[in-house]
Amino acid sequence: MSCDLDNALLHSYFDGELSVIRAAEFQYHLARCSDCIDELDTMSSVRGSLKHARLYESAPASLRLKIRVGIHSRTPKTRLSPLLGWRGLAAAAAIVLVALILWRVVPVVRKEEDYQAEFAAEIVDAHLRSLLPGQITTANSADPAILKAWFDSKVKFTFPVRDFASNGFALQGGRVDIVQGRTVAALVYRSRDQVFNVFIWRTSESDDSAHAGTRQGFQWIDWRKDRLEFCAVSDAAPFDLRRMQRLLAMTSSITAE
Amino acid sequence: MLEAEDRARFEQLVLPHLDAAFNLAAWILSNRSDAEDVTQEAMLRAYRFFGGFYGGDVRAWLLQIVRNTSYTWLEKNRRMHMTDEFNEELHMQSSATPESIAIAGDDRERLKQALETLPARFREVLVLRELEGCSYKEIAEITSTPMGTVMSSLSRARRQLQSAVAKHAGGETTHEL
Repeated sequence: MSCDLDNALLHSYFDGELSVIRAAEFQYHLARCSDCIDELDTMSSVRGSLKHARLYESAPASLRLKIRVGIHSRTPKTRLSPLLGWRGLAAAAAIVLVALILWRVVPVVRKEEDYQAEFAAEIVDAHLRSLLPGQITTANSADPAILKAWFDSKVKFTFPVRDFASNGFALQGGRVDIVQGRTVAALVYRSRDQVFNVFIWRTSESDDSAHAGTRQGFQWIDWRKDRLEFCAVSDAAPFDLRRMQRLLAMTSSITAE
Repeated sequence: MLEAEDRARFEQLVLPHLDAAFNLAAWILSNRSDAEDVTQEAMLRAYRFFGGFYGGDVRAWLLQIVRNTSYTWLEKNRRMHMTDEFNEELHMQSSATPESIAIAGDDRERLKQALETLPARFREVLVLRELEGCSYKEIAEITSTPMGTVMSSLSRARRQLQSAVAKHAGGETTHEL
């Protein structure tokens, strides 16, 4: 590049790192400098090919599991080791006492929570299972009509199938799964490198607004609409899962059957 | 000392960035299976340090740990290749050469190999900027370098990548400017 302008300026402009005023100044220069225009063209074509080449290396599901196991087994070890000896025994006795009290007093409160935890565990397990190689979709189509017809032949309830690619959640396919002994339909969406499973099953309970929770680092949102229960799971940011939930809730009310 | 609450917070805040962590390690190390070991070690280290994290940019905080763990690992396991600046290009154990880049027909493979010919410190800024979408400020934080250095590394890295790719397209043999 023969233009004598500071090269860092060109890159900062390209990366959107300049203030509005400095960007405007640079554009003024750009209108008169074919060197910089050529350079920008090359840079954006390289950026384009980097984007299309799918170079992002996503973590394998097995690693995710290993880390979960690692952090769950780690804390107790480091916490108990300095407590050995007589004082340790006393401390252990105190812990047992507190645990006993909690065990006697807390169960009343815990019933509903237990159910929730069990539900979350099953949903997250189903999500994890789906991440194993080759498991994610049985019906491999991004076409909502094809998927809908496929599900109609597999499960005894109907539900809307929509693609949200224009909103950033691309439909990948679907499969039939079992959660808490029930047959559920699972729709799979992808956003950047995050996988979303949306589990859907028939319920006799009335509509309910969304409840969200976290388990093992996965986020889930559950809601009921038109005699269907939906549960979306992902390890995406809670905000993304909320967005996805709103899109789904919106379509199910439009196409209520 | 971590309580169950902290663990839940860690799972909610830090674990969603596991892909970012793995991606960075895989590109610094140029090897997926080494990246698995290093990412696991870095995540557990992050977990131990988590008590000292008081808000801010979680991803940048985590990636800084991943980067440090990666370089420590490299130093320990591939020390003989790290003796001087020049050899930095060799320590990646990369099979990429201008010839192999030219032979690789597939776009992805071609770009991957071109990236692998870059020195690690150039490759990492490109990966952080182009694949991870980090801002200059975040890159500066992750790599513990001043903003000015981030900008100049990025501009040199882009030049090198362009010339590595151009070598394929035009069959030129000129090296980086």
